[in-house]
Amino acid sequence: MLKINNLCAKVGDKDILKGLNLEVKPGELHAIMGPNGSGKSTLAAVLAGRDSFEVTDGSVDLDGIDLLDLEASDRAREGVFLAFQYPIEIPGVSNLNFMKAALNGKRSHQGLEPIKAKDFLAKVKECSSLVELDGQLRDRSVNEGFSGGEKKRNEIFQMAMLEPKLAILDETDSGLDIDALRVVSKGVNAMRSSERSFIVITHYQRLLEHIVPDFVHVLSNGKIVKSGGKELALELEEKGYDWLKEPSHDTSNA
Amino acid sequence: MERIDEDKLIDEVTGKSYEYGFTTDIESETLPPGLNEGVVRTISAKKNEPEWLLNWRLEAFKVWSEMKEPDWAHVEYEKPDFQAISYYSAPKQKKELASLDEVDPKLLKTMEKLGISIEEQKRLSGVAVDFVMDSVSVATSFKEKLGELGVIFCSLGEAIQEHPELVRKHLGTVVPQRDNYYAALNSAVFTDGSFCYIPKGVRCPMELSTYFRINQAGTGQFERTLIVADEGSYVSYLEGCTAPQRDENQLHAAVVEIISHDEAEVRYSTVQNWYPGDQDGKGGVFNFVTKRGLCHRASKISWTQVETGSAVTWKYPSCILKGDDSIGEFFSVAVTNNKQQADTGTKMIHIGKRTRSTIISKGISSGHSQNSYRGLVQIHPGAENSRNFSVCDSLLMTDTCGAHTFPYIEAKNPTAQIEHEATTSKIGDDQIFYCQQRGIEEEEAIGLIVKGYAKDVLNKLPMEFAVEAQKLLTISLEGSVG
Repeated sequence: MLKINNLCAKVGDKDILKGLNLEVKPGELHAIMGPNGSGKSTLAAVLAGRDSFEVTDGSVDLDGIDLLDLEASDRAREGVFLAFQYPIEIPGVSNLNFMKAALNGKRSHQGLEPIKAKDFLAKVKECSSLVELDGQLRDRSVNEGFSGGEKKRNEIFQMAMLEPKLAILDETDSGLDIDALRVVSKGVNAMRSSERSFIVITHYQRLLEHIVPDFVHVLSNGKIVKSGGKELALELEEKGYDWLKEPSHDTSNA
Repeated sequence: MERIDEDKLIDEVTGKSYEYGFTTDIESETLPPGLNEGVVRTISAKKNEPEWLLNWRLEAFKVWSEMKEPDWAHVEYEKPDFQAISYYSAPKQKKELASLDEVDPKLLKTMEKLGISIEEQKRLSGVAVDFVMDSVSVATSFKEKLGELGVIFCSLGEAIQEHPELVRKHLGTVVPQRDNYYAALNSAVFTDGSFCYIPKGVRCPMELSTYFRINQAGTGQFERTLIVADEGSYVSYLEGCTAPQRDENQLHAAVVEIISHDEAEVRYSTVQNWYPGDQDGKGGVFNFVTKRGLCHRASKISWTQVETGSAVTWKYPSCILKGDDSIGEFFSVAVTNNKQQADTGTKMIHIGKRTRSTIISKGISSGHSQNSYRGLVQIHPGAENSRNFSVCDSLLMTDTCGAHTFPYIEAKNPTAQIEHEATTSKIGDDQIFYCQQRGIEEEEAIGLIVKGYAKDVLNKLPMEFAVEAQKLLTISLEGSVG
């Protein structure tokens, strides 16, 4: 499914990812944890094709396609979905029109006709109920005036609509109260299948109680420094990250 | 009158006019360049106008001769040489092309993107068209229906001949000859335009669109439009065309006057897409337009405009809210790209009591263009309890363009309520990336974002216009984010 090999990326003169390796098989859910500034969100952005980051080395292969060769929109059409940490507002563009444009973009890429209005609405109904997103929310402008929780639910709604191969959730739990967290997790769990892979980026173990990972990785200073099963998350919760940091960083703390 | 129009339509269908070759006539019908009293007299005589109109034109010419071309607008251009322009040429048959193969492929591509049908593409680009019977019969039944209701919709030239009293009563009452330099010039030398009269209490059942006036020659350089809505009537009027219009005339100085009598309502929508010139702005049209409406008691005038064309635009559709309880509205989207310059906005003159006005202006600038909003809200001493609400937003697509706002507010009555909101924002890389991440390509993403931004105005356009106007916005901004 996804093979990340020696991925290096920088923004400006600052190296952020420094040789990251990760393999995700179909149906697996990998959690990526790590301290602030370790490169978690950069990894998400680089995979999604944000051009403010420069990839200096390495490769990313999604089912035989070199992702790094593709424009962001084509990566999305190939099935990469990023749930944003801070979803963007687009005033005046209705959520539904936005989704229709997205869905039809993907369909045209697959050589399919634009979706029929009836089918589209049925799909909207199904996916919005998944995250308890009421009708009024769907018709509002994209994320405009949404509360933090509504924005995150909208991300999961969009994910359900687009049925990605690989979903990357960037700190989806940030800013969520416990009820919203439950709703969002329920949506994500409903989406899990043997063909769909997830990379879940999070700070806290809390989310992983609801969305149980197959693997947990610790990202520090641009590299994965430790990998394990779901129990690793608990260990991190208890011990923090300092014990995993590379020696070069330990000196700065001394 | 209906009879004549039908005959003209049939002429069009059978293509007789082509056989007789208008083009050969034109040579002798074009006046040499230059403007003097003789030229004004000749124009009036060619059009077989009554004495009062000749005098009216002469008065305008005299005023114009003493005026100076204004330079207060935030635009820079080489002033036209008014003595180098020919002020009259007979209605011209555009040079006809045998097939679409002869049309500039770029123009065709644009029209294709706008979703304009092949037949329509031919019509717009001057390719000989066998008129589809359908469209003719639509136009004919349209005329018949209007005739039954007593609605007059014809060229101004025709109206001067057929309804001289109506024209005389209203012409120049909203935009007097001496109003401004270009209006004075227009008053002296206008060649034709549209005339529209809606009788008392009549609700015009369809949008009056210049499109249906297929029996008319193309718009002139100095076009003049007069719309009169009698008491309690309603009309929605559409002007312009989303397809790019090229014109050999660089200077356009049109005048539009609207009179909305007691309790009448006029909605005037326009999409302007004159040739903006090349990337450096060379060869584009200068568009200096005066548009103004007069509102009598409890009446309403609503201007909606989508401006994407012209090298230089100078245009302020305005409302004089003379009658008590009258309402004026102005909704505008102005897009500038490359080296285009637009100075546009509105004036809301509150004279009557409890008059209300709303202004929503959305500027979008890209490339190296300059986009200015200039607005005046004036509350006269007698305009008790009047209200104005203005929103004026600017969206910047590049770091090299300019957006400017010049709002003037003059309140001479303490009971007035005036609100003004203004924002300037740059199109967000974040927004574009968000769309791309959902599988929407960059250009489509920009289109979506811009349409969303302009939605409040686009929503005011009649349906048929709105769809094309949305596409036009996207096309006008193609490749503008770097």
